[in-house]
Amino acid sequence: MTEVRELPNRVRSVLQGGGAAPHLVPYLMAGFPKLADTVGLLLAAEAAGATLVELGIPYSDPLADGPTIQAAGQRALAQGMTVRLALEQVAEARAAGLQIPLVVMTYLNPVLRMGLMEFAERAARSGVDGLLLPDLPLEEMAELSSSAAEFGLALNTMVAPTTPDQRIVRAAQVSSGFLYCVSRTGVTGSKSGGGDEATSLLTRSRALTPIPLALGFGVRRRQQIQELAGLADAVVVGSLLLEVADAAPDPAVAIFEAVSALAA
Amino acid sequence: MNYPGRLLITPPPPGGRYGAFGGTYVPETVMPALVELADEARVAFADSEFLSELAELQRDYAGRPTPIYRAARLSAHAGTEVWLKREDLLHTGAHKLNNALGQLLLARRMGKRRIVAETGAGQHGLATATACALLGLPCVVFMGSEDMRRQAVNVAKMELLGARVEAVESGSRTLKDATSEAIRDWVTNVRDTHYVIGSAVGPHPYPWLVRTLQSVIGVEARQQMLEQAGSLPAVVVACVGGGSNAIGMFAGFLDDPMVRLVGVEAGGRGRAQGEHGASLSLGSPGVLHGANSFLLQDEDGQVAATHSISAGLDYPGVGPEHAMLRESGRAEYAIVDDVGALETFHLLSELEGIIPALESAHAIRWAVEHGPSEPGPILVCLSGRGDKDLDTVLAAGPPP
Ligand SMILES: Cc1ncc(COP(=O)(O)O)c(C=O)c1O
Repeated sequence: MTEVRELPNRVRSVLQGGGAAPHLVPYLMAGFPKLADTVGLLLAAEAAGATLVELGIPYSDPLADGPTIQAAGQRALAQGMTVRLALEQVAEARAAGLQIPLVVMTYLNPVLRMGLMEFAERAARSGVDGLLLPDLPLEEMAELSSSAAEFGLALNTMVAPTTPDQRIVRAAQVSSGFLYCVSRTGVTGSKSGGGDEATSLLTRSRALTPIPLALGFGVRRRQQIQELAGLADAVVVGSLLLEVADAAPDPAVAIFEAVSALAA
Repeated sequence: MNYPGRLLITPPPPGGRYGAFGGTYVPETVMPALVELADEARVAFADSEFLSELAELQRDYAGRPTPIYRAARLSAHAGTEVWLKREDLLHTGAHKLNNALGQLLLARRMGKRRIVAETGAGQHGLATATACALLGLPCVVFMGSEDMRRQAVNVAKMELLGARVEAVESGSRTLKDATSEAIRDWVTNVRDTHYVIGSAVGPHPYPWLVRTLQSVIGVEARQQMLEQAGSLPAVVVACVGGGSNAIGMFAGFLDDPMVRLVGVEAGGRGRAQGEHGASLSLGSPGVLHGANSFLLQDEDGQVAATHSISAGLDYPGVGPEHAMLRESGRAEYAIVDDVGALETFHLLSELEGIIPALESAHAIRWAVEHGPSEPGPILVCLSGRGDKDLDTVLAAGPPP
């Protein structure tokens, strides 16, 4: 096929060796709050200092998401968001100057429906750098791994506080980007992400793998992020940002301010 | 009476695969719990103490074996011999208790201290609440608010039994959304909670586990047919929501190649997307609730809305073993619509003095429609009784 990208993997390299504070990774939902907001919000997140951005493509039955991301996805779908449109918006954002790496977070079924190869090709062409699929465990990853590799996409893997050590090692081996550490047993947006479960998972993971560790699920405050210095290379903030964008008259300004405040 | 407890115990399918279907598509947080469940179930199914405790409960508490019954007047009406496997006579009024009792004993073995379940018609929620009361474990049942309205009596029963019923307001407010919410609860509380899934769906090992626990239906029915009818049935028919009563029934006859296996899906109000629940007949391959199977979905891979007059068949997915049986041709899948099920609800009530669940009425309808061209005997799984459906049926007006 055409245009197979041979870039070194930016997803891993930008997060590697974070300085004193973890990199901030905002999570945004394609087509939320309004269908046409995606490009503006991605650019605002970059301008505010995000190192990498995660973009959710909505799915009707998101098993790993709490009420905020579920509701945002439902609204995006009702407004007409689709996998194709989300990828087109990523391409628009790239055309408008978005530089930072972008990881798409979605669920397996929309990807399967398009076809793994076609999805990987379209995503790479649109300027997506990596993928994160919370309902695709290591056991089922082989096929998507090879499609992603063929088009230079980083396939990121997830571990949770319940994941045993030898599985963390496997997850790190399979990942071609970062290792996403789920802060607690639960879904996105659960209050009090972090705490002892997160610390213990990050410490275990750090001892088992040198690849970048991103912590997510339930992180909402700058202080939480600072406390993760030395433990996590990156911290993902999602539900909070969707709430902020939804409540604001100008979501791009609100995202700029919220990301700036968290990244400061 | 000595009741040996008849389960068809097979090894779990490697990788949880049924041909191209099945698998394990869930958040990482619960992966270790699924491994633990598969291991525990394998050990328990080889443990005679576990099996005899389950068999004793099946007999003394649940009322097994359930009879098969030659429905003489229905047979005359259908023009062929029709036998009914009477799961409607099981405690709580449907086959769902076969699964809930077995899973609760497993949960106790694993030291779980809290139970969650989803429910559509309320029959699985009721069965789980019942088994939880029996074993003294706290129970939370997720149920779509639309289903809570349709099945108000079952909500009241679950609460009487001490369960907490959580209304689910997301999506279509039916079984699909209740299942998603139950899985989210499990992801959050996985360390001390067992998720009792209510059909032969979900990630491995659930389709295998539920099938094994429901296989009691088919194993009993096969022996009863030989003893009472003097032959195997020519056709075995069961309704298919997620597919648990059907796979339990089919399990007893899969190795009898001359026995035709027919699953009946909900045709609802029509063939358009959103108007039915016929995932196998009208859907396409996809992943929902942890397994790859047939699915009702749009061209973007979003799960479609469904409709059926019976809450228990109002679901866009189906168990992966059915997907494999359909692909291989070993089983066939037909559609019966709302009107046919309603008519049959009245028909069985009037001809036999048996008020069937609307779900089961779909299966009986198939026998009535195909009786004239079937030499028979036809064995139908009467998966549940119809008390829960009275409001729905009365609202639909007098019998045609
Ligand atoms: C009486 C009865 N039959 C059938 C079903 C459908 O489920 P399954 O296909 O798993 O047997 C239900 C589900 O609630 C039910 O209550």
